[in-house]
Amino acid sequence: MSKLGVILSKEFRQIIRNPAIIRLIFIMPVIQLLVLPNAADYEIKNINLQVTDHDHSALSRRLIDNISATGYFKVIGYGSDRNQAMVAIEKDKADLILEIPHNFERDLIREESARLMLAVNAINGVKASLGGAYLNNLLRQFNGDIRTEWLQPDRLQKPFSITTTFTNWFNPGMNYKYFMVPGILVLLLTMVGMNLTAINIVREKEIGTIEQINVSPIKKHHFILGKLIPFWVLGLVVLTIGFLIARLVYGIVPLGAYWTIYVFAAVYLLVILGMGLLVSTFSATQQQAMLVSFFIMMIFILMGGLYTSIDSMPEWAKWITRINPVTYFIEVMRRVVLKGANLGDVTKELSIILGYALLVNGLAILSYRKRS
Amino acid sequence: MQDRAITAEKLTKKFGDFTAVDQISFEVSKGEIFGFLGANGAGKTTAMRMFCGLSLPTSGVATVGGFDVYSENEKIKNSIGYMSQRFSLYDDLSVIENIRFYAGIYGMSSKAIRVKAEHILKGLELEAEKNMLVGSLPLGWKQKLAFSVAIFHEPRIVFLDEPTGGVDPITRREFWQLIYEAAGEGITVFVTTHYMDEAEYCNRVSIMVDGRIEALDTPTGMKKHMGVGSMNEVFLQLARKATRTEN
Amino acid sequence: MKQFYNFVIKEFIHIMRDRRTLFILIGMPVVQILIFGFALTNEVKNSGFAVIDLSHDERSAQLIDELDASRYFEIRGKFQSVESLEQSFRKGQVKIGIVIPSNFGKDMERPGGASLQFIADASDPNVANTLINYANAVVLDFENNINGEKKIPYTIQTETRMLYNPQLKGAYNFVPGVMAMVLLLVCTMMTALTVVREKELGTLEVMLVSPLKPLKIIIAKAVPYLLLSMLNIASILLLSVFVLDVPINGSLTLLVGEGILFILVALSLGLLISSSTASQQSAMFISLIGMFLPTVMLSGFMFPIENMPLPMQVVSNAVPAKWFYIIVRSVMIKGVGLKHVWKETLILSGMLIFFMAMAIKKFKVRLA
Repeated sequence: MSKLGVILSKEFRQIIRNPAIIRLIFIMPVIQLLVLPNAADYEIKNINLQVTDHDHSALSRRLIDNISATGYFKVIGYGSDRNQAMVAIEKDKADLILEIPHNFERDLIREESARLMLAVNAINGVKASLGGAYLNNLLRQFNGDIRTEWLQPDRLQKPFSITTTFTNWFNPGMNYKYFMVPGILVLLLTMVGMNLTAINIVREKEIGTIEQINVSPIKKHHFILGKLIPFWVLGLVVLTIGFLIARLVYGIVPLGAYWTIYVFAAVYLLVILGMGLLVSTFSATQQQAMLVSFFIMMIFILMGGLYTSIDSMPEWAKWITRINPVTYFIEVMRRVVLKGANLGDVTKELSIILGYALLVNGLAILSYRKRS
Repeated sequence: MQDRAITAEKLTKKFGDFTAVDQISFEVSKGEIFGFLGANGAGKTTAMRMFCGLSLPTSGVATVGGFDVYSENEKIKNSIGYMSQRFSLYDDLSVIENIRFYAGIYGMSSKAIRVKAEHILKGLELEAEKNMLVGSLPLGWKQKLAFSVAIFHEPRIVFLDEPTGGVDPITRREFWQLIYEAAGEGITVFVTTHYMDEAEYCNRVSIMVDGRIEALDTPTGMKKHMGVGSMNEVFLQLARKATRTEN
Repeated sequence: MKQFYNFVIKEFIHIMRDRRTLFILIGMPVVQILIFGFALTNEVKNSGFAVIDLSHDERSAQLIDELDASRYFEIRGKFQSVESLEQSFRKGQVKIGIVIPSNFGKDMERPGGASLQFIADASDPNVANTLINYANAVVLDFENNINGEKKIPYTIQTETRMLYNPQLKGAYNFVPGVMAMVLLLVCTMMTALTVVREKELGTLEVMLVSPLKPLKIIIAKAVPYLLLSMLNIASILLLSVFVLDVPINGSLTLLVGEGILFILVALSLGLLISSSTASQQSAMFISLIGMFLPTVMLSGFMFPIENMPLPMQVVSNAVPAKWFYIIVRSVMIKGVGLKHVWKETLILSGMLIFFMAMAIKKFKVRLA
């Protein structure tokens, strides 16, 4: 057996005998994929609406009926007391208050214009802006309906008019889970890969067995490869488990080819594992290694575009996303899964990640010292 | 040079302002059992780590097996075995898996490993336990196994760093029998220990105090020179001079 | 008392020695606050769009200019066919495409009017929704501008007020969340790991044979982390107020008091974990999977709880961070008093007593 083979067989045996690792490999994907997509649901539904109606007219009631008929809004309170509505917001019972002033119907008929007041609980920015926009659109539509009903056809003459139609591609059902699950798969691979490798070498340091290896004539790159390959294989196993769950539970089948993702994942894992190795060569204790890798992962994942759009970030933050491997993989994963991108469409990202892999692992080999 | 296994000439290691090993010079002949004594913190382990290529000397000259410790570091590694005070076998691998792993990284062929492993396990009376995890073996057996693993690839020199720490006197005696057998096969043994009765088993001993070698002689010569009856007394007299505190 | 004090000092020395860990424990909240405060926004802006202009007239050029001029859109491509638009979507260059049919300008003047088609990349449904809303608004403006200031009858004007967070800053939502996350990390995970580490090294036994009561030893291990977390609360609050302009609308005393309550809950959880695990690796995985992920996912600061399936909503009640998050949000941003958060405070206190009792019981069992 070659020297590399000797190291590999030892590493694999140790992994198989470690219940903590085996548990991690099977429990993490299940928990994350079953819980996260259900938790990370930004689909706009169940927006709690509190209505303060000072008008009590036929029109105001029709408006409210219209709103609750959409299914997006849940009217949780109806009254004419403004304070009561504010309390509902303070207690987080309501997300939006719609206030219909006195004489709403009368003003609209007599003066041809009327006002409505909308107050949004904006602490949660996403919900606030989306909910507010939805309700505004709804009111505009309501307005249009009323207008066409009340108007004699000839009074509304717009010399120029545009009809706009919208088409949603790639996810016509607007299913938020289709968007989250591919991203979560990346998260999973990153967390498992980096954590395991970061702790691995440090553990040998703490136990003392690393000395025994360092006094042997084993080559540095053999040792590093021997540490990398098992976790690389494990990473691909985790990815496969993830895809199985995605398919069985959420019915997500990549539009593109599986092998495109596996090719990319294979290279991506090298980057992540290499980073784990770098962390472990610089750490003295498992606690330290874990904390450092946790810190790096946290930044990578937050800045990876999983939850928030990268386009909206300021310039300096965009720079961080450009050196963040997670960004590239999430992007590629979504493109292949949802848009059916092929290897040709992701060559740019693939070559960046490949360069990254060479750099990180080169550094890992250089910084691993057999002698202090 | 031919008959010298280890040479050191003003070998020094500093960590910042602290001089752990201070200009030590000595030679060890082939096939010799060389005892390397000293109190905790005297610098024994640091010195040994320099010979094994685990630590880079700050200054001085040293060779191991005829190779320079600065430039021929990796060549040295092919000709030495090492067993540290911290336990060096994997608890979660079985006896035979540990042997296969360590012999494998020295490039021995599977066939050679199989033949030799059988022989060694027989000698250690561990044949029945060969598939047991090392973690479940008693400490004394682990230690003997670790030594056998350290010389499995037939190195010319073996470095033992407090190999018998924490084991009972009977096991220690058995352990020293293994050392004698190895020396008989021509392996040079470089050993640190805290047990003065073990020092008596060595061909020659050196005693380190505060990073320097204070005495170097055969045990008999040393006792005679100091005018005392046992190595224990020799050690106490010399170690009393130490100014460094133990850490 | 003197002995207890000595133990605390020893623990402090351990923590101070490990500079890297200390640096991360202190730096983590700072970095998180900065990322959440400045890099992550829920706003959608500068999204790439592509045009398939089959009309090539004055009107179409005008419309494209107006889209490009809005802060939400940024033109990234002009194509001739839907196929090349799709290609661009697949490369991730644009998020929305607009198809302007031929004779757009002329059609606008005809009775039926002109038509336009927007094609959104709906792989992210929320961004797609938002962009469609924005695009619609731009087109409406464009239409109105051309039609001049002609008054349209029967108009309902809507006046929207954003309460508490008029600029829709993400920070308002994240600051309380980061606080919960960091405190949990420092208190629960670090305490659990240090205690288990001493178990692994065998030094815990040495201390347990000392005349000090076991409970006091454990508490002594937790004290430095308590102080470290107070430091974290201070740095988070200072950064929020002075760097992110997130005000503290309620009582500072109440806020700090609630913070200490949460720290104690987190510490007792850490002790509970450490008393039921034997190795650092398993302590770490338990705190990661059992504590950290639920906190991020189920405390409501990243994802709205009311959108979750019922079982998860039920489970979320067992996550201490959820209650702490509600409290901080109410006190800090809405500026309400204890009157409004007594229920949550009571729940946290109950959790504290429960976890503490469990931890002590477990320790006693092990020691007996």
